[in-house]
Amino acid sequence: MSRTVVVTGLGATTPLGGDVASTWESLLAGRSGITILDDPRFAELPVRIAAPVKVDPSEILEPHEIRRMDRSQQLALIAAREAWADAGVDSVDPTRLGVAVATGVGGAISLMEQYDILKERGASRVSPMTVPMLMPNGPAAVVGLELGAQAGVHTPVSACASGAEAIGYGAEMIRTGRADVVVCGGTEGCIHPLTIAAFAAMRALSTRHDNAAGASRPFDKDRDGFVMAEGAAIVVLESEEFAKARGAKIYATYGGQGLAADAHHIAQPEPEGRGVILAMNRALADADLSTKDIFHINAHATSTPAGDVAESKAIRKVLGADADHAPVTAVKGAAGHLLGGAGSLAAIASILALRDRQVPPVANTVNLDEGVEVDVVLGSPRALPSGDAAALSNSFGFGGHDVVLAFRSN
Amino acid sequence: MSQEDILAGLAAIVNEVAGIPAENVQMDKSFVDDLDVDSLSMVEVVMACEDKFGVTIPDTEVKNLNTVADAVNFIAANK
Repeated sequence: MSRTVVVTGLGATTPLGGDVASTWESLLAGRSGITILDDPRFAELPVRIAAPVKVDPSEILEPHEIRRMDRSQQLALIAAREAWADAGVDSVDPTRLGVAVATGVGGAISLMEQYDILKERGASRVSPMTVPMLMPNGPAAVVGLELGAQAGVHTPVSACASGAEAIGYGAEMIRTGRADVVVCGGTEGCIHPLTIAAFAAMRALSTRHDNAAGASRPFDKDRDGFVMAEGAAIVVLESEEFAKARGAKIYATYGGQGLAADAHHIAQPEPEGRGVILAMNRALADADLSTKDIFHINAHATSTPAGDVAESKAIRKVLGADADHAPVTAVKGAAGHLLGGAGSLAAIASILALRDRQVPPVANTVNLDEGVEVDVVLGSPRALPSGDAAALSNSFGFGGHDVVLAFRSN
Repeated sequence: MSQEDILAGLAAIVNEVAGIPAENVQMDKSFVDDLDVDSLSMVEVVMACEDKFGVTIPDTEVKNLNTVADAVNFIAANK
């Protein structure tokens, strides 16, 4: 049994805006959400650049919701509520409603806060919500509880590919008949001195303190690392049959996914793009697409020296001459790197690019690295041709995870 | 501290922990059945009461605190 899956709802809270519309507008405008961290807690760190969400959860959620949920859960819930309202599913059998919401890091901030309390005030003051707040399946559980989803609540974890893998997982729940509707995507909320220090220790982060807004510049010859961001991006997927029966608006059709692993290094990308190529080819096959159908690619491109050019070469190897009609963008220039939320934000951007026939530019990138072998959109949005078109959305994660999602225009 | 003061303080805590409107926290209300305070939230309420009122509420006592009045009376008698 394999059923067609469609996208009917979108939700996001990101460094670019508190919802999908403002996030998409900022992406198209190439506006950066990256800033200097001026809180004294970050003062002594080698990196003081990050991309906090534009609208803090405390402006949206009730105080008792804030205190019971880790920040990653708060952001996931906000994005899920928007996506759910956008989809407008007014009636679904709860046993046919699923959730797949991922995070890369999980409740690290809650864990550290409670450890501080343990040290300073003793075990009797450790919050009874500590475990629900730190567990990586917490965001999925929070969304599942909100919606009363009984078909299954899942959390695929693959570092910075997690958000994409969750969408692929959710789509499989529908394809295989386990669910009719699945709310899926990724979230992250772990900007903290320790996480910044830890990524900085890997020499993974940009140190462009004299131009924080322009610190993330995927594919630029002067890129010097990624920028940690936070936020969540959630989509509602439905079986085409279920969506059409209720007259839902359909953003795009989910084509398929390609999964692979580099089998190379815990944090370095495999230089020949072995896993990336395998995942892209598998996504094309799973979606029953050929390279000539691909008119857009949303690259993982994080703005690190090692990753971006290798990815561009992999894209060229997979698409060949058809890469010439597949303009490439990367959302991390504007949004920074949402880690567990990155893959689903890229998916939303891919979906909206197909709907609006516009590919946002890579923010901040001025001088393309000479090794880049694809058509990277710079400066202003690029129009896509009308007619049937498909897009690929690439997401990779520490550990060597490669996840590629395919979407078709509707 | 009067019973009214303890009730007001407890109501503020229940509001903060569980989001229940403070005016709904009345003496005859059951934490679980009327106010929807689950067992984890009850632990938070107890911790906050200990801090606010300077009392110690042992776990063995918590299970006897079924209503708001039970809690107010325990705090009044033990602070």
